[in-house]
Amino acid sequence: MRMESPRFKEAAVEGLNNKHLRMALARSREGFIGGRQRAIDLVPEFERLREEARSIKNHVLDNLDHYLERYEAAVTAAGGHVHWARDAAEARQIVLDICRRVGARTITKGKSMVSEEIGLNPALIEAGYEVVETDLGEYIIQLANEPPSHVVGPALHKTREQVSELFAEHHQRPLKTGIPELVAEAREMLREKFFRADVGITGGNFLIAETGTSVIVTNEGNGDLSQTLPRVHIVTSGIERVLPNLDDLSVLLRVLARSATGQDTETYTTLSTGPRRPGDPDGPEEYHVVLVDNGRSQMLGGRFREMLRCIRCGACLNHCPVYGSIGGHAYGWVYPGPMGSVLTPLMQGLDNAYDLPNACTLNGRCGSVCPVKIPLPEMLRELRHLQHRNRLGPRLQYRALGLWRWVALRPGLYQFGNRLAARMLAWMGGKRRRIGSLPIANGWTAMRDLPAPEGQTFIEQWQAQRGKQS
Amino acid sequence: MSGNQQSARDAVLGRIRASLGRGTTDAATAAALDTRINTRPGHTRPAQCGEFVDLFKQRFEARGGTVTRIASREDFPRAVADLLGTLGLPPRIVVGGALAGIVWPQGIEHEVRRAEKTDLVSVSACQLAIAETGSLMFCAGPESPTTHNFVPDYQIVLLDAGTMVCHLEDAWEVLRARGGMPRAVNLVSGPSRTGDIEQTIQLGAHGPRRVFVMVYGTPAA
Repeated sequence: MRMESPRFKEAAVEGLNNKHLRMALARSREGFIGGRQRAIDLVPEFERLREEARSIKNHVLDNLDHYLERYEAAVTAAGGHVHWARDAAEARQIVLDICRRVGARTITKGKSMVSEEIGLNPALIEAGYEVVETDLGEYIIQLANEPPSHVVGPALHKTREQVSELFAEHHQRPLKTGIPELVAEAREMLREKFFRADVGITGGNFLIAETGTSVIVTNEGNGDLSQTLPRVHIVTSGIERVLPNLDDLSVLLRVLARSATGQDTETYTTLSTGPRRPGDPDGPEEYHVVLVDNGRSQMLGGRFREMLRCIRCGACLNHCPVYGSIGGHAYGWVYPGPMGSVLTPLMQGLDNAYDLPNACTLNGRCGSVCPVKIPLPEMLRELRHLQHRNRLGPRLQYRALGLWRWVALRPGLYQFGNRLAARMLAWMGGKRRRIGSLPIANGWTAMRDLPAPEGQTFIEQWQAQRGKQS
Repeated sequence: MSGNQQSARDAVLGRIRASLGRGTTDAATAAALDTRINTRPGHTRPAQCGEFVDLFKQRFEARGGTVTRIASREDFPRAVADLLGTLGLPPRIVVGGALAGIVWPQGIEHEVRRAEKTDLVSVSACQLAIAETGSLMFCAGPESPTTHNFVPDYQIVLLDAGTMVCHLEDAWEVLRARGGMPRAVNLVSGPSRTGDIEQTIQLGAHGPRRVFVMVYGTPAA
């Protein structure tokens, strides 16, 4: 998909001015934050589970090569095929080659963030395949020709009225307005596709080295229909998703469901190991896994290794005040919110996503709710350092900082400047003690007044008061 | 594996090792990691499950499923027939191989096979149920075809309380004892649901609109 992070600022303003979006975001925030809290309140062990999830993922990352090799061997032993992709283009090519070889026409897809990341749909459509997203949220945004705005609820920015209009236009049916009727109509439309599909593509939330198993969690069952009915099942997954064994999976499942949707489990958890076996009445005849690197092995080496613990639950998005105000599309690529503000610059280039790490108040909520304890605020700060060191910021910013440094190194001058500014601002504040418009910072005062200072600096007051108290 | 694939594999593994600042793992480390794969790490599990059937029922019904008690396995065919009547459904079911021997009441059309697009009701037995999450576990195969769990509008499941376990880890032990992983293991924790339109929960998104579990017997001590 097109990378639009460079126009973050304009997109953020569009988001702020979109009344539908703000309503949708407010609703989802309540649902996600309250749901998560209620779910973890029922599990006194939750903090310990988070700590264990973190250390399992760290152990895997320290030994990633070994676990991937063991996983590959187990998949092969079960009759499946593992493909390795260095980058997005290679991953797309692998999937295209499989589809061509098996003579596919229709392809159904379960929700997969990696498939968004590698831009799989446009490539398949361009090659002439009918590609159908089957997660209801993904289906809605596919009809609307939009990227997902949330990693768990891709269409949460859409209101029911917008969905009604989309369906009426694309299904050529009378307009439905109720949510049950809309869901029923999508079910009917997608059912035809499931049974017609030749290839089903899903993500892989986890890969198990012990058994050569890929795991998906869904609530709709669409991923399961996508992978059970066609002749061929293809899993696209990041290399960091492997786990040593099934017991490790239990811990990750416990933290994932509660963090993502506030449930003690999602409705369907499916463990897939190889293709259909002799005597099986259903299931795919071929089973493929595409292991996607696409920058992950580089991330493993630097200060951003911990980002590879991410299990894509969306909790950091749900708790981020910036995401909650501007929505996911402003971030301009497939991963929004705090996790996206770390991943996008790392995968698409620091200079291509300059605003993302800076669109953060460093309030720390993302880090405090992350089920695998990724220090997201520290990573965002680290990215700012990198941007600064590489001189990627606006030139004016460097000049201003340089000037400030020059003055700050001269305390007499600095204090004189402070005294002058304090008095001037106090004068500007007048009787109301509020400043409605500041000449060089009118961006700040456009939406609110600046409270005016008292007229004396802190140091002046300190010098005056200290004598009285001692 | 094609030449290009082999080189992609080598490149990815090579970059991983370079990032980790080492070469291939030595024999001793590899052996320790293989041991890690094959041992139970003893992670934290949520507190004990109490009465399995009660907890299972509470969790499963919280997600919109239905759990009822039947006195014995022999009562199952009658209970299924009654349920079809109550729901006003045609007396036609597709049955999993594990229940092939059941004698169905007069008038119930039944076929032992996978589920197809036109099947409204599937009837199968699950391998076991997990109390912790309120989940049914199905192992793919003729005994319980995967399509039974996702294709029909209504799913009716026979559960022997004697197979119930407390935690996910207990279910994995059953799979290991069975001699390895089935092609698919489905943990089903209620009817198909979606919240993708305005976060309003709606049942029957793609799979079964309703799931009925009929439990007989008593949990093992």
